[in-house]
Amino acid sequence: MKILNGVHLNHHKNTENESTVIFPLPASVTIPMAQGMGAPCEPLVAVGDNVFVGQKIGESEQYMSIPVHSSVSGTVTEIKEYVMPNGRSCKSIVIESDGKQTPHPDICPPKYKTREEFIKIVRESGACGLGGAGFPTFVKFSFKPEITPIDTLVVNAAECEPYITSDYRELMERPKDVYEGILLIMKELDIPNAKLCIENNKPKAIKLLTDMAAKNKKIDVVTLPSKYPQGAEKMLVYSATGRTIKEGELPSHQGTLVMNVSTVAFLYRYTQTGMPLISRRLTVDGNAVGMPCNIEVLLGTTINDLLDYANVKDYTKLLMGGPMMGMCMFDTNAPIIKTHNALLALNTEPKKAPTACIRCGACVRACPMNLMPESLEKAFDAKNVDDLVALKLGLCMNCGCCTYVCPANRALAEKNQLAKALLPRK
Amino acid sequence: MILLDKLIVSPSPHQKKPITTTKVMLMVIISLIPAIVASTVFFGAKALLLVANCVAWCLIFEIASRKIMKRSNTITDLSAVVTGILLALNFPVTLPLWMSIIGCFVAIVIVKQLFGGLGQNFANPAIVGRIVLMLSFTSEMTTWVKPFWYKTADLTTSATPLAMEWTTVYESTSGFLPATEPPVAYMDLFLGNVGGCIGETSALALLIGGLFLLSTRIITPAIPVTFIGTVALLTAVTGGDPLYAVLSGGLILGAFFMATDYVTSPITTKGKIIFGIGCGLITFLIRTYGSYPEGVSFSILLMNILTPYIDKLTRTKPLGAIKPVREKKEAKSNG
Repeated sequence: MKILNGVHLNHHKNTENESTVIFPLPASVTIPMAQGMGAPCEPLVAVGDNVFVGQKIGESEQYMSIPVHSSVSGTVTEIKEYVMPNGRSCKSIVIESDGKQTPHPDICPPKYKTREEFIKIVRESGACGLGGAGFPTFVKFSFKPEITPIDTLVVNAAECEPYITSDYRELMERPKDVYEGILLIMKELDIPNAKLCIENNKPKAIKLLTDMAAKNKKIDVVTLPSKYPQGAEKMLVYSATGRTIKEGELPSHQGTLVMNVSTVAFLYRYTQTGMPLISRRLTVDGNAVGMPCNIEVLLGTTINDLLDYANVKDYTKLLMGGPMMGMCMFDTNAPIIKTHNALLALNTEPKKAPTACIRCGACVRACPMNLMPESLEKAFDAKNVDDLVALKLGLCMNCGCCTYVCPANRALAEKNQLAKALLPRK
Repeated sequence: MILLDKLIVSPSPHQKKPITTTKVMLMVIISLIPAIVASTVFFGAKALLLVANCVAWCLIFEIASRKIMKRSNTITDLSAVVTGILLALNFPVTLPLWMSIIGCFVAIVIVKQLFGGLGQNFANPAIVGRIVLMLSFTSEMTTWVKPFWYKTADLTTSATPLAMEWTTVYESTSGFLPATEPPVAYMDLFLGNVGGCIGETSALALLIGGLFLLSTRIITPAIPVTFIGTVALLTAVTGGDPLYAVLSGGLILGAFFMATDYVTSPITTKGKIIFGIGCGLITFLIRTYGSYPEGVSFSILLMNILTPYIDKLTRTKPLGAIKPVREKKEAKSNG
């Protein structure tokens, strides 16, 4: 097997030993109708309605979409437009909590017999990839075994971004949910093998899960080298199985189903309780955070609440996600949604101005996809679409390694993102 | 509340390796200190003066040309300092200072700044500076004094070990008698106790610097290993003495410090290997068949010129890339 390119980062896993704290019930929550990938939902409730915990309050007729549920019990006070960090907007439902957290009366462990029924209840759970991308889980499950047979479930617990430890805490605190979740998915989707992939900077979790899965020959705990971006889908599948996902392919084309570890554990809990996805764990950290921690928050809790709780002061940058791929927030009233695995408050300087490219080739040696970022930059500057296509810009996943290593401060990854708009549409 | 005025909003990534062009250049300067020290020990304070002179004039030309061209001042990247040191190390200690200033002018103004400054020059500035002086002032550039000349005040010139080898090989081949004894002891060659350019004689000092650059990953081994390896291999195959070929002349200086120049060498490892082999082959051919005793500078310059083509032919293969369907012609006819 080839050694994949990438970069070695300072891990900053300051919160790895911080047990998850349940965040106090907020006075009100703001629940956006778009959480994760796919079409935004339409509200099912109106201002003045009473809602319960776990009640479905948003639904869409589109296939590529997941329902949204209320995380508190109380009264709908407002339905307003919400501008998401990516600049798009969607409706959001503001619910004032009544402080009782009364669950919806219909909530009970879901019943299912067939594969189709299982996929249906997964959709109803509101599950999406909790690692950050937010791909609807039920869509992932809807592969056609006769077209793309899947033999390996690859569970992603690499957590290669610095600071973030929310998946690690899932492994340490609820290893049984992870293990049972893997068994559940293997059974319901008829996948013979599973590989749980953990980076080697988490030896305790590797030991815990290896011991737990020792009696099951079908589940393999894989130790990955700690090298960013080890947790990227293509890197992960290659490291776990030796298979290369080719250009334009999905993991299913290589017989794999890749899932985030927290999503797997959530699905198991859902089958036991029937409570849909209304809360999640996230890491609050960064050099402006007085009390780095892992907290379990109800979806819709605002960033402001978390900043107060974690004693955050003098920050110049707020990130949702890790420092390599996280997204900048501009609104501290923004709510936590399903895809937020970390909130980083950093006190940093603005990026420095770029200097001339000295052709050192560091970006080429760093790119995990073996692309040539310096050539891509030149092609973008010249708006040379033929070259962008020939240099396989489409394979860039914006991991940021090229910008990270560049001694000339060039915005290589950033330019690739802009360049993607120039690619011819298929 | 929306805090656009207080918060930095920028695309990812949000952290940066603490490396800058200035730091890279500084590392190269540090790696050249052993060679500067060795040249001062063997050739006296005049060698140090030559280095200081070249560095100063390279900086002056850099500032002046940027100013005249109304471009930002770039001396803080320290690349002009590196060029100045490398240029000086390629001169004999007796070279008049005014000639060395012409070398600095050629390197900085003509080769570097007229082509757009750092990153845009097609050839290594120091190499071209040396070659221009070599062709313009051949006798001054090839007048070598013995090491420690300043102690004995013995200004008698000596040939470089490479030039000596040159004669010996020539005579022996005509008489079908291969030379058995190297004209200079290996140890003298290794330490630098021989005549030659001030910076190229001490293999030991250069290797210390080269290993420093390798260990700090400023350079990769691809070019030095293939360059030196090719010269050694070809010399051995043709019946020469590979160790002598490697230790004499400017090979080690060229292979570690000049051929590895980022701007003028290929980007990918595959490209660097082709580049290194090319340099080694041309060096060997010039040394063996050319009319100059030394071919390192010319070989690097010729390979510098080939670098854009090597780059084009040695692009990396992206992970999982499928070969593009050949529809280019179609697309053009449509357009």
